[in-house]
Amino acid sequence: MTVAVRVIPCLDVDAGRVVKGVNFRDLRDAGDPVEMAAVYDAEGADELVFLDITASSESRETTYDVVRRTAEQVFIPLTVGGGVRSVDDVDRLLRAGADKVSLNTAAIERPDLLREAAHRFGSQCIVLSVDARRAPCPTGQTEDTWSGFEVTTHGGRRGTGMDAVLWASQGQELGVGEILLNAMDADGTRDGYDLEVITAVRAVVSVPVIASGGAGALDHFAPAVAAGADAVLAASVFHFGDLRIPEVKAQLRSAGYEIR
Amino acid sequence: MVVLDYGSGNLRSAERALDRAGADVSVTADLDQARECDGLVVPGVGAFAACMEGIRAVGGDEVVRERVEAGRPVLGICVGMQVLFDRGDEHGVVTDGIGVLPGRVVRLHARILPHMGWNTVRPPSGSTLFAGVENERFYFVHSYAIAPGGKGETVTEHGNPFVSAVERGVVAATQFHPEKSGAAGLKLLGNWLRSLS
Repeated sequence: MTVAVRVIPCLDVDAGRVVKGVNFRDLRDAGDPVEMAAVYDAEGADELVFLDITASSESRETTYDVVRRTAEQVFIPLTVGGGVRSVDDVDRLLRAGADKVSLNTAAIERPDLLREAAHRFGSQCIVLSVDARRAPCPTGQTEDTWSGFEVTTHGGRRGTGMDAVLWASQGQELGVGEILLNAMDADGTRDGYDLEVITAVRAVVSVPVIASGGAGALDHFAPAVAAGADAVLAASVFHFGDLRIPEVKAQLRSAGYEIR
Repeated sequence: MVVLDYGSGNLRSAERALDRAGADVSVTADLDQARECDGLVVPGVGAFAACMEGIRAVGGDEVVRERVEAGRPVLGICVGMQVLFDRGDEHGVVTDGIGVLPGRVVRLHARILPHMGWNTVRPPSGSTLFAGVENERFYFVHSYAIAPGGKGETVTEHGNPFVSAVERGVVAATQFHPEKSGAAGLKLLGNWLRSLS
């Protein structure tokens, strides 16, 4: 009796539409996040993540609508992140039907946002999303303690000088209930998860860790779990139909992990 | 059905799932409706103390006690289950619960907390709630729980064994979220609804 490794598809949503091509058959509208969510649910996804990449604030209204419509039809947990700036934003997303909200850049700018959100809504629904990239020790940081991973923003393009592993553990101290760990070096490569950063973060946090970035083949998932991930997230390999959730789960099971 | 509205976060999820499971459901803080309905659902996420504060503020604790005394069904979900017990101990803060079930809510001892994700259950034989879904997994997210030892308990392990559901007289409760547990959760809610008629 062990909690199952979670397999989580992530949908990038822009102004209410799924970004990146989707080649599932039998979809009436492959760009509709609600319909995609239902497909993933039917395939056995353990949770869903919506990453809102909408630029304009007017279009963000559509995000709430998408979350609302998804929560009406899909009865598995839904995490929503991207552009969440304030406790009020968290509140609106939770009210719309999100079960968890992930915070990233706004928390880097003001870490107390994590504490405030966790205090108001409970740790169980606040996720810290960390975009980590390999980097030499920046000036001003101590070489001895530098993990080798830096927190980045703007899709990994901009460094912050913050230690990504330390930031994950600070997030836990501030009250977040989960870490969504995006390995920016691995992201988009399809060469496999970045096991080093997973191992490093696992060593310092006791909240669940979702590994993200780099999934490209069936045998990429079990090593991420072995490195300490409680959940494995992937986007494009699922959207393009290169990998299906049931086969990922079968692979994890054959590696000795419990799955749902 | 009434889902007790006291400001807790997952009211809509519970409403939607009950609706999908076939219930005529309203979300309200109206105490007459909460008293008179066929089944009262007490949801709850976040901290025990905050949930109890919210429930007391709308007079829900008294209504739950009245209903249990009068033999009218109540279903607690997640922290809505925990508050049915005598008291909760979170971060060293001890808070009185509604007290229709004996026991105390304490922190789980596990390497990874919160206990987050899909886990299995060991229901008692003859369980109504779990009929047909005994071997399914359900979605949990919590760091606190009740230690097993009472009647009508379903047990799950995360670090240590804990009570993942209770069926005792008119009181039913789940530590997991049936409204987030996919088809298995909807089936469980359907089982509860059928047990009311």
